[in-house]
Amino acid sequence: MATTTITINGQPHDVDVPPDMPLLWVLRDVVGLTGTKFGCGIAQCGACTVHLDGKPARSCVLPMSAIGGRQVTTVEGVGATPIGQKVQQAWLGVEVVQCGYCQSGQIMSAAALLGRNPAPDDAAIDAAMAGNICRCGTYPRIRAAIKHAAGLKAENV
Amino acid sequence: MPTRAHGPIGGGPIARPAYGVLEPEDLSTASRRRFLQAGAFMFGFAALGHAGKAWAQGHSQGEEPSLQALNTGGPDTGAAFDGFAPGGFIRIPREGKITFIIPSVEMGQGIATGEAMMLAEELEVGLDQIQIEWAPPNEQLYSQPILKSQATGGSTSTRGAWGPLRQAGAAARTMLIGAAAQRWNVPPDTCFAERGRVYSRSNGQSLPYGALVAAVASQPVPQNVAVKQPGHFKLIGRSLQRIDTPAKVNGSAQFGIDVRVPGMKIAALEICPVQGGRLKGFRDNGARQVPGVVDVLRIENAVAVVADHYWAAKKGLEQLDLVWDNRGREMISTDRIREQLADGSANGKPIMGRKAGDADAAMRDAHSSVEAVYELPFLAHATMEPMNTTVHVRPDACEIWVGTQAPTAAQAAAAKVLGVPPEKVILHNHLIGGGFGRRLVAESITQAVQFARQVPYPIKVIQSREQDIQHDLFRPAYHDKIAVGLGPDGLPTVLTDRITGGSVLGNYLSAGLPQGAIDSDAIEGAAETPYAIPNVLVDWVRKDAPVKVNWWRGVGPAHNVYVVESFIDECAHSVGCDPVEYRRAMLKANPRSRNVLNIAAAKAGWGKPLPPRTGRGISLHDSFGSHLALVCEVHVTPAGEVELRRLVAAIDCGQTVNPNSVVAQIEGGVVFGLSAALFNGITFTNGRVDQSNFNDYRQIRINEVPPFEVHVVQSTADPGGVGEAGTVSAAPALNNAIFAATGVRLRKLPIDRTLLADKNAGDAVLAAAVPLGLGAAALAMMPREGREDAA
Repeated sequence: MATTTITINGQPHDVDVPPDMPLLWVLRDVVGLTGTKFGCGIAQCGACTVHLDGKPARSCVLPMSAIGGRQVTTVEGVGATPIGQKVQQAWLGVEVVQCGYCQSGQIMSAAALLGRNPAPDDAAIDAAMAGNICRCGTYPRIRAAIKHAAGLKAENV
Repeated sequence: MPTRAHGPIGGGPIARPAYGVLEPEDLSTASRRRFLQAGAFMFGFAALGHAGKAWAQGHSQGEEPSLQALNTGGPDTGAAFDGFAPGGFIRIPREGKITFIIPSVEMGQGIATGEAMMLAEELEVGLDQIQIEWAPPNEQLYSQPILKSQATGGSTSTRGAWGPLRQAGAAARTMLIGAAAQRWNVPPDTCFAERGRVYSRSNGQSLPYGALVAAVASQPVPQNVAVKQPGHFKLIGRSLQRIDTPAKVNGSAQFGIDVRVPGMKIAALEICPVQGGRLKGFRDNGARQVPGVVDVLRIENAVAVVADHYWAAKKGLEQLDLVWDNRGREMISTDRIREQLADGSANGKPIMGRKAGDADAAMRDAHSSVEAVYELPFLAHATMEPMNTTVHVRPDACEIWVGTQAPTAAQAAAAKVLGVPPEKVILHNHLIGGGFGRRLVAESITQAVQFARQVPYPIKVIQSREQDIQHDLFRPAYHDKIAVGLGPDGLPTVLTDRITGGSVLGNYLSAGLPQGAIDSDAIEGAAETPYAIPNVLVDWVRKDAPVKVNWWRGVGPAHNVYVVESFIDECAHSVGCDPVEYRRAMLKANPRSRNVLNIAAAKAGWGKPLPPRTGRGISLHDSFGSHLALVCEVHVTPAGEVELRRLVAAIDCGQTVNPNSVVAQIEGGVVFGLSAALFNGITFTNGRVDQSNFNDYRQIRINEVPPFEVHVVQSTADPGGVGEAGTVSAAPALNNAIFAATGVRLRKLPIDRTLLADKNAGDAVLAAAVPLGLGAAALAMMPREGREDAA
């Protein structure tokens, strides 16, 4: 065990955890940020998606030792960014959410997508979002909401 | 007045809901956050067969249990309420927001918003003027009239709430108007209520509800007050924004798994991999030496390592060499179960489900006949939120934090473990991260309490995804033999369906389902079809597999409608008739189903030419009081991979409460059903479940879901259920589309792509048929950026 400092949503946190411990459990069980969800533990469902320096990462398989000095952003903090805020508003405006358990990860993946591609087409949305499972079946609305957040007309969704 | 952004627009018979963006005025505001913080509540004992008074009879004078229940309902229901509490659903304080007590459990279906709209409509308040709490424990007040238990499932919530909640709102409004009229000394019928105030037409005065609380608090609640007629609704029928969603986009929503209580430890567990087996013993190679691990606990069939965090618990678990006693249950295998079901179908003793006319005679006299066998696999629920329970067993009481569809049953299960009365179990229910029937069962709660009673501190027991899938209680496997006799016109004169499978209902009856009794769930969707068929014989051979089973989204109809609607398609093709025309010919006496069939077909462009190996399939059913038609368009690649191209649904669910929620449930339900039909089947080898996680129990992903239209018929008939209707439609529409695209009739789920390869496409493509299906899955699972950063 060693004390490590990680920056989450702009705030430094000193945590005393083993280096192989995935970021997911540090967030949820040590820091107390439970918005990031446990879904599968093997990077298959995307519910645990966070940003490392703005890029999406599956925190359930991301060991603390791999984070280094990179900034961690979670669903609790993404709304402080203009893109994150737009995505959250679009999610509500299009009424994407049902049970909501996967939506933290969906929103993080979508915000990362819009961060690198401000006008994604369907193929770009598929490529960026196919790692996030939703068992409520909100996929058509996720597609529409991403286009809405991008300021694109959501056609034929 | 807020604008209507979704759903029926413009007064025509048909609306085409689109993903318009809700107008800001449609947002109810502060209520949402309050609601999500008030996630905890406590339940009384569930007794099947006792309809609650509040639901069944309205609220009578002196029905004080409502106040008692609220005041003893745990930390979040507040101190003694000083205000107007007419029955179980409404609390009006002297000042501040009105509280609605929501009787159903929110698991994504939008019921909290729908039930709040029913109350608000009649009470004459806006959703922005109320806050919400979950119903406290009280079977008397909150037993749902259709399920006859305080539970949420079976697409019954809106139907069950429709009468009682509107009645509750109307009764309270009538009392408030009466009190104001008395104060002003004017006749009540010269007064009206709007947005939480009573107005007088004669003197121009008005009073807020809070100012009238003292006058009405001790008055008897009137019975059978007239509720609004359709056409007078202000909220019902409008697409208002859901009240539970804002906290779900910013991480603040609290699901059961998110609970953190002081002193809490986290438990990871390993359950005997063979269902019915038990833990013989284990060697600890150093679990307690893992930093953070505090305890190693065992129960009859599982072991748990308890630690400061889940990672340490999981690492500790890896230090245990577990020895299981499988008690001879290694014999369980999918092949064996399939054989037993087939044997049961051929040789078992059937129990009559429905008999109409004379099926034997009609079959003898038939012009021709068609017969087929369909098979369905076991299915796991795979809710996004893995099963979890947080428990603190104290000397004085047991406290539980969990998301459950059946809170009083969960409470009773915990009390049984501890040998205490149910009222000693304080159960805080939470938002549910996917139910689909999984969380009707209290088994994981029982298990958590068995561990928690061994330690003085609270523990959160989390099932890994592997445990969650392998130790689910599955939707039963079935073997169904269905047949028709056709008249000279090619239409069925007789339908027989021999259903063979286990009983789910029996698991919910305290004494089980008696041998020889019919399980209504096993035959639902087959016993009654939308069609006019004069002679029917549907029976059931009970064949309980040695595997625990449970309800799964779509319940009986999701199983039977797949068989019936696939088979009706076969019948149509057997006589060279278009499947839509064929169904239409049997719907002369069923105008609502005929209507949705026609709408779905028309909107989908039924009959218009399609490219090669591309086809449309349709399914139709009347379930949960609703009528739903779905057209699925697919393309089947030369290798046999099925690509969804388009989905068009038309539903008549009577009066809609929140039309956008209806659309969302149809979308979600269909996608849920397609995911299972395309990919899912739980199989057993040597007593163990072969699947374990989303890599081998894979789910449909965004890149596989096509454009989807849902058309909602405007209606003022009583509401039907919608949460499961879409799931029922999915598999048969897909199956029939695959046939239209390939000419191959599949009769087994999940679909077998090896049967769908283009025989003319060459060896290379055929050889690739199976791996392609899996390859596409693997590709979808890990997008580029995820791979890079997570590796």
